[in-house]
Amino acid sequence: MSTLEHHGTYQPTTGLGKWMDARLPLPRLMYDSFVAYPVPRNLNYAYTFGGMLSIMLVLQILTGVVLAMHYNGSTVGAFTSVEHIMRDVNNGWLLRYMHANGASFFFAAVFLHIFRGMYYGSYKEPRELLWILGCIIFLLMMATAFMGYVLPWGQMSFWGATVITGFFTAFPVVGEPIQQLLLGGFAVDNPTLNRFFSLHYLLPFMIAGVVVLHVWALHVTGQTNPTGVEIKSKTDTVPFTPFATIKDAFALIVFFLFFAYFVFYMPNFLGHADNYIEANPLVTPSHIVPEWYFLPFYAILRAITFDIGPLTSKLLGVLAMFGSIAVLFVMPWLDTSKVRSAVYRPWYKVFFWLFVVNAIFLGWLGAKPAEGVYTFLAQLSTLYYFGFFIVILPLLGLIETPRRVPNSITEAVLAKSSKRSGGAAQDAAASTDNKA
Amino acid sequence: MKTMFAKISAIVVAATLGLSVAATGAFAASEYPLNKPREQDWSFAGPFGTYDKGQLQRGFKVYREVCAACHSMNRVAFRSLEDLGYSEGQIKAIAAEYDITDGPNADGEMFTRPGTGADHFTGPYPNREASVAANGGAYPPDFSLLAKARAVERGFPTFVFDVFTQYAENGPDYIYSLLTGYPEDGEAPEGAHVAEGTHYNPYYIGGASLAMAAPLSEDIVSYDDGTPATVDQMARDVSAFMMWAAEPKLEERKSLGFKVIIFLLIFAVFLYLTKKQIYAKLEH
Amino acid sequence: MSDTTTTENEELPTRRDFIYVATGMLGVIGAASVAWPFIDQMRPDAAVLAAGQPIDVNLEAVEPGQAITVTWRGKPYFVRRLTEDEIASASELGEGDMKEFAPIETRLGGEEVKDWVIVSANCTHLGCVPKVIDTKPEGWNCPCHGSVFDMTGRILRGPAATNLPLPPYVFTSATNLVIGTDQA
Repeated sequence: MSTLEHHGTYQPTTGLGKWMDARLPLPRLMYDSFVAYPVPRNLNYAYTFGGMLSIMLVLQILTGVVLAMHYNGSTVGAFTSVEHIMRDVNNGWLLRYMHANGASFFFAAVFLHIFRGMYYGSYKEPRELLWILGCIIFLLMMATAFMGYVLPWGQMSFWGATVITGFFTAFPVVGEPIQQLLLGGFAVDNPTLNRFFSLHYLLPFMIAGVVVLHVWALHVTGQTNPTGVEIKSKTDTVPFTPFATIKDAFALIVFFLFFAYFVFYMPNFLGHADNYIEANPLVTPSHIVPEWYFLPFYAILRAITFDIGPLTSKLLGVLAMFGSIAVLFVMPWLDTSKVRSAVYRPWYKVFFWLFVVNAIFLGWLGAKPAEGVYTFLAQLSTLYYFGFFIVILPLLGLIETPRRVPNSITEAVLAKSSKRSGGAAQDAAASTDNKA
Repeated sequence: MKTMFAKISAIVVAATLGLSVAATGAFAASEYPLNKPREQDWSFAGPFGTYDKGQLQRGFKVYREVCAACHSMNRVAFRSLEDLGYSEGQIKAIAAEYDITDGPNADGEMFTRPGTGADHFTGPYPNREASVAANGGAYPPDFSLLAKARAVERGFPTFVFDVFTQYAENGPDYIYSLLTGYPEDGEAPEGAHVAEGTHYNPYYIGGASLAMAAPLSEDIVSYDDGTPATVDQMARDVSAFMMWAAEPKLEERKSLGFKVIIFLLIFAVFLYLTKKQIYAKLEH
Repeated sequence: MSDTTTTENEELPTRRDFIYVATGMLGVIGAASVAWPFIDQMRPDAAVLAAGQPIDVNLEAVEPGQAITVTWRGKPYFVRRLTEDEIASASELGEGDMKEFAPIETRLGGEEVKDWVIVSANCTHLGCVPKVIDTKPEGWNCPCHGSVFDMTGRILRGPAATNLPLPPYVFTSATNLVIGTDQA
């Protein structure tokens, strides 16, 4: 399989460096992991989201820690303390808007990261554990974001918490005890807010821990690349630093440009106006919706409006929603194709882009009222969502004729650059390759 | 590589569209308000927007002399009136007009004292229940955050353009439209469902009518700067004032944002040049 | 970085170096600017600063020989009215009796009679609140580490090295004291 030949090895030159290397070779680990580490030479910008996500995680933790210095986790004080941050704390408005919009941008980047993995077959053997660790991170992120959204104790916070913890009541017998366990009472109240604050502070550090495992697993198997062909020789790779580092840095700053645009000019665009009204257990806002990044899953939840035998629509909806995430975990075993990258899978490519459009469409449906034609469309969309994983992935691998896969990354790169500089001859050659 | 990048940016755009639908879709029940808010020109709109201090002072006057009879504004501190251009002495005088409950004193009694800059505005009612009881079952909402807590659904494709035009004035547009939206004769059009004791207003977000009667009338306040106190002028001024009350750091935010964006643009250009030079070393 | 590549063109390295150095510097500036709000947010916020405004103290009920404790900016202050005996005992102390000599007049205040002592109630050693005693000439005794102050808050002995500091204050009348400013 892959031969991860490093570009140079760590050679401590200073006395302190040698002393350290003999005792705790942390500089060596850093050097081998982030400097000499070989990455495929043909990585494109789709491969920069991982670096972005780690920076966003650090940024969310930092802004979160300082916000917690001013936040008051009680139903009496929460909303007021958030307004105190916005009005009185030095740069408090900036830190809070960064934290709130940071969550949205974190999810935007993670969705793109997941789509990239699906497109280039990053989940396939031997990277199954790498993929599963990523799914765990995604789950933890969702839990963290949900609990964080409860903390400002606005109307959407309160009713969001009520609705989401209400999922558990769908399960017969154990449902209600579980809900009471989560809430620490019979309704969302002070005990709920307090424990959500505690867990919201804890989970990001657990995410960081799983990220370490995720990166470790990545460095064992090596990165995929747009061709999907494993690294075969040293000419297939370039050292992580400076090549990947500088590309990641450039992409990160471009990402920050979008981020800054929202933080400074549209800080409330991605939020709900109702969350600027303090929580009131007696009045529900007229239209309850989760944050945008949960909308596709919310649409799946509401799409199930029918009972199957003894299973109520309520239970089925919750199962479908959890299932929509659970199915990601088994994706490596659902895909039967021998070819990794969608570049060489003409039909998978079509179904993949349909999947992306469908996911966005589900998000749109999640924001619409669950009635009439919207419910029907959501059911169709949900069908495609699951069909993609359960039917299309296994069958397509068996019936699809992939295009010719290059022998090595170097070959693919050379073919591409000669195509760029060369004439029609190579183009013709390439197209015969495609037909082969 | 280029095509992939193009595709990725296509997803970004598509995702932005998707989430914008979501964001705006969240705001309102389907049928109300009957009329969309009328968009106004605000001095604080756009990337270089700033508050007009004269307008804020006029709006503050409307608030104190008209709205404050029912509406509280208890998250705003007197000291922040500095933003409106008031001097320390003026703020002290304004604050002293309000009675603040303090204590307990050495005898264990609560007492009232005149307000200081450190205190917050006090409302006309001691608590929410009292305000509801005094207003026939309707709660007069607190003003502190109202301009951020009201947003009417924009609909497709307007919300997409909103990202580029930086439209973030849903609140003041709504408040202005509501205040100037009562029919002049006070009569609801035929067929409109108006409950007993409520007043028809097609701009109200929660139904066809609301408990508040038209609060403004010509010359109900007299402006210190001589501006004619028309209903339109007062509605505009008090809406701007409420935007300030909800988002006092808006000017700071926008001016810092401009610097940050410029810095990031320059940094991105340099990073791109560095990246190009480093990759030039790779032989193709 | 530039020295790892050789080039025939002599002008290129200069331009390359400029871009590398400029990019690095921009990165440092950016990181430092991002760090600032994270530090800045820990300084006292606007509400805390506003709450630190001067306070009024009503002195009507304080008799000679009594001391009250008031709070300004979250910290306690002693307002103590001395008897004639107590003033006399403090006046007798000389430079040799204390660690940091201050003339008695600089320690006393009042509108009609200079018989008021207004001092910080945090021991200058490590911040405990000293106990009020009247074993003349001793006026305060710190329970934490045994520092002893005279009737006007001057340090007599113990680990503390300096006198109890005086806050800014002003008497607006014989019975009204303002702590937090020395302007009426």
